[in-house]
Amino acid sequence: MTNHARLRAIAPPLVVGVGGLALWELVLTVLNPKAFVLPRPSVIAGKVVEQWSTIITATTNTGFIAVTGLIAGALLGIMVAILVSRFQIVSEAVTPLAVAVNAIPIIALAPIFNFWFGLRSPRSNQGIVVLLVFFPVFVNSVRGLTEVHRGQLDLMESFAASTWETLKEVRIPNALPYLFTSLKIASSLAVIAAIVAEYFGGDQAALGQLIVQQAALSRYSSAWAGVLAGTLMGMALYLVVVGLERWFMPWRVTEIERSGS
Amino acid sequence: MSTSAPVSVAVEARAASKIFSRGKPNQVVALESINLSVRQGGFVALIGPSGCGKSTLLRLMAGLVPATEGEIFVNGKAADQARRDRDYGMAFQSASLFDWRTVTRNIELPLELLGWSKDQRSKRSAEMLDLVQLSDFGDHYPNQLSGGMQQRVAIARALSFKPSILLMDEPFGALDEMTREHMQAELLRIWEDTQTSVVFVTHSIPEAVFLAQRVIVMSPRPGRIVADIDVDLGPRGFGTREDPEFFNKITEVREALRAVEVP
Ligand SMILES: Nc1ncnc2c1ncn2[C@@H]1O[C@H](COP(=O)(O)OP(=O)(O)O)[C@@H](O)[C@H]1O
Ligand SMILES: [Mg+2]
Repeated sequence: MTNHARLRAIAPPLVVGVGGLALWELVLTVLNPKAFVLPRPSVIAGKVVEQWSTIITATTNTGFIAVTGLIAGALLGIMVAILVSRFQIVSEAVTPLAVAVNAIPIIALAPIFNFWFGLRSPRSNQGIVVLLVFFPVFVNSVRGLTEVHRGQLDLMESFAASTWETLKEVRIPNALPYLFTSLKIASSLAVIAAIVAEYFGGDQAALGQLIVQQAALSRYSSAWAGVLAGTLMGMALYLVVVGLERWFMPWRVTEIERSGS
Repeated sequence: MSTSAPVSVAVEARAASKIFSRGKPNQVVALESINLSVRQGGFVALIGPSGCGKSTLLRLMAGLVPATEGEIFVNGKAADQARRDRDYGMAFQSASLFDWRTVTRNIELPLELLGWSKDQRSKRSAEMLDLVQLSDFGDHYPNQLSGGMQQRVAIARALSFKPSILLMDEPFGALDEMTREHMQAELLRIWEDTQTSVVFVTHSIPEAVFLAQRVIVMSPRPGRIVADIDVDLGPRGFGTREDPEFFNKITEVREALRAVEVP
């Protein structure tokens, strides 16, 4: 991408973001509503600085849950998808089950997981993240592995390629765009799941706990500081996924460059 | 298979039929009793209206689907065995390149599957790029190429492992007229250089007559062979398309097609 194109991609969200913050600050300063309804951005920023080490520790712990849960859930989704796309029997057995699991409001399982794994164990919250990440990754991977051009499959057959070779050379590369689409959704989902699961238990020094505890003490600016940390974490994870996407699919990058600017 | 065919014959169909979904309400008789023999080094065009079973016949020859009745031999072997032995290369209307591989690595794919060493592969892909005149594009991805260039890569890939037979299903069908004529000339040059036998499916009469030594005309479904027309125009060149004999052959093929047209 040229510098110009990069600037054009970054500028609009930057303008909207900064403008939005300024407006928020201004409106609250002028109208001066009660601070607990919505604190001004400058106050939240002040809290972040004030409680820097607490927030960093909480963010690290929550980040660990979200990232490990994301990786485990994604790997599980990919592996089950490969089995399902490969074996009709597995597909018939697993697909309805996966759909049923997806229908469970997974976040509502958090208290039950706490009971199973222990109230302060990180395992229970990881488990919630894994379950939540699994489904979108699984569904999209199955599509990518099975929605392959007929001609490409005929071609592999004409080369007398084995099932494994066809999986490696056609189905998996074909599934990558689908997979990364789902990972972008899952990366945000993982952070949300980790924080909400922490409302119910798990590690005390975590963002979810920080937010509930501060809110319970009516320290809303501090609670907002926790929300801000979670937001930044979600954005960072998303950007990592976008970076991986470009790394894994160099042919897509040339496609984007051709269609853009 | 109990019998085999002489090896001087590249492809042979003996009373081959294909019925899809046999015995079910949606049964389709795609091909009926096809007898055809293509000699080694020959160039045969299959022509017929859309849906008459041309692609099915080609897939039968490729061993991708089994014949319902009759037999297909490729290089004297059952079609499926010939497929396992990599006796033929194949090219389709959609170039079916792999987006995720560069042009060079697309051409090398069959070689990788055959277990060639890296050195052998690079040597051959360089030769093939030269053959289809794309030497400057080895590191490009397919989405950076025009349709004609993609089709040339597909042909290079089909020929990379030196199969003795090339099966082509409307490979130039999606190209504009200018590119198409250029590609036809290229294909004939490659055919002469490599001594490959070619079975070429098309629904363009001038294309069939320009390319082939023999044009096989098929009827609408169920596909049967209704004419087998020899084309003796000598080496093709710029003059060929203005040769009166070229027009005579076009007329002959057109009349054979018209005779079986659905009313
Ligand atoms: N896999 C299949 N299952 C059922 N019917 C098929 C299948 N493949 C082709 N057919 C049918 O066989 C007939 C011939 O198809 P095809 O060989 O593709 O024709 P052509 O290539 O001459 O246009 C068509 O009626 C088509 O619908
Ligand atoms: Mg066809």
